[in-house]
Amino acid sequence: MTKTYPKASRPSLDNVSVSIEKGEFVFFIGPSGSGKSTIIKMLLHEVAPNKGRVVVNGKDVTSMRSWKRPHFRRSIGCVFQDFRLLPNRTAYENVAFALEVIGKTKAVARRVVPEVLELVGLGGKEHRYPHELSGGEQQRVAVARAFVNRPLILLADEPTGNLDPDTSIEIMRLLDRINRTGTTVVMVTHDSNIVNQMRRRVVEIESGRIVRDQARGVYG
Amino acid sequence: MRVKYVLSEVLVGLWRNVTMSIAMIITMAVSLTMLGASGLMYRQVDDMKDLYYKNIEVSIFLNQEVSEQERTELQTKLDGDPLVKDVLYVNKDEAYKRFKEMYQDAPDLVNAVKPDQLPESFRLKLNNPEQYKDIYDQYKDTAGVDEIVDQSRLLDKIFNILTSIQNIALAAAIVMAIAALLLVANTIQVAAYSKRREVAVMKLVGASNWFIQAPFVLEAVVAGLIGSLLGLVALVAAKYLLFDGSLSALQGLLSPISWGDILFIFPLMAGVGGLVSAATAWITLRFYLRV
Repeated sequence: MTKTYPKASRPSLDNVSVSIEKGEFVFFIGPSGSGKSTIIKMLLHEVAPNKGRVVVNGKDVTSMRSWKRPHFRRSIGCVFQDFRLLPNRTAYENVAFALEVIGKTKAVARRVVPEVLELVGLGGKEHRYPHELSGGEQQRVAVARAFVNRPLILLADEPTGNLDPDTSIEIMRLLDRINRTGTTVVMVTHDSNIVNQMRRRVVEIESGRIVRDQARGVYG
Repeated sequence: MRVKYVLSEVLVGLWRNVTMSIAMIITMAVSLTMLGASGLMYRQVDDMKDLYYKNIEVSIFLNQEVSEQERTELQTKLDGDPLVKDVLYVNKDEAYKRFKEMYQDAPDLVNAVKPDQLPESFRLKLNNPEQYKDIYDQYKDTAGVDEIVDQSRLLDKIFNILTSIQNIALAAAIVMAIAALLLVANTIQVAAYSKRREVAVMKLVGASNWFIQAPFVLEAVVAGLIGSLLGLVALVAAKYLLFDGSLSALQGLLSPISWGDILFIFPLMAGVGGLVSAATAWITLRFYLRV
């Protein structure tokens, strides 16, 4: 597929073709502006390619109408560099919010949220506010929120970008555990340390082209 | 849970920016009061036209030296005129009787006038009171006719005044409505901004569009409905204080406004208030939420 943003001199993604199997763990690496984040945006149906198709979970999202987007997003979890937690809600409330706004009852939240907080290693810290948690703990809350609805795919856009190396490794262990439950994990990063330690599939992008696609790759 | 969530969001939203909410509600109330008042006047003027035009007469006064023959000819012509519904001949004695009745409070005036001095006249009822001009043109030069007086001329002046008051109220309603719309748009923008984090998360995890938009739209609708209720209170107060109070002297002239009329106009005000704010909020969200 190809994506050219208006006003851009060259395409952000130029004739890129990637296929990711169910249950895979894939790193997209490359320098800033190489087009990694554009891939995430396309998977989220935030931008559409100018040419080519994006197929997620067997569904062609290229031609998907925007009113179907909310339902589509429920099968995808998202984690970002800046956590994107609600500052006036506790860890529990942040995760429960994600369930309640898609129509799940409070009873469901009471059952599921403590479970998932336990899974990410935040048992006992449910009622802390984000500002009372460390960066790593905040990112765990974000992972819990992304995973609580048991999505088929977890997209992580530089999830360790704001964390120190040790904390980053912990977050990666968490993502790895989630991957083992059968969830496909797609992670965009330029943290070479992590990529080298994980030894997972690496897709390197440069100037909108795939320059490498390696099954158990390292960074650079 | 979802209904409860949406409703509590609406109340929180109105309270969060309470000064703006009050401004929004007041402008809306004034606008809707004007709209209601102009609607009431519309009905009022219609009622009054029905009432007055039914009883309206064109009087053809004959001059003092009219001959028997001229009078009979005129009567025959009027009887056969398709514009005329009814003709009543008033001779001098009858004219004097009417005159006495009309000025019974001024006996000096009555004593000073003798039956002989009053002109005979034909009192016409027209099929269509607005065709007065045709009657005037047709009979003004007929022998024996002194003067043709049309009561509807006078009424037209009154109705013109009422219609222009009505138009002023409507214009004020529209101007205030524009102010109210801008306030709604502004309030919704502020609300969308203060909830931008929540909205971003909701979009991310796949909350449906209506669920994201409903609290904002309902916030505007609730403000519109409160505004229309205040408008209703204002109209009731206006009837109570003005029409039944200080203007009650004009009761004979103005047809009364019934409570039913006010209750009839309220759904219009509430509907306009609610729908217009909902549409404004929704359009504003199109631009500021991009859901």
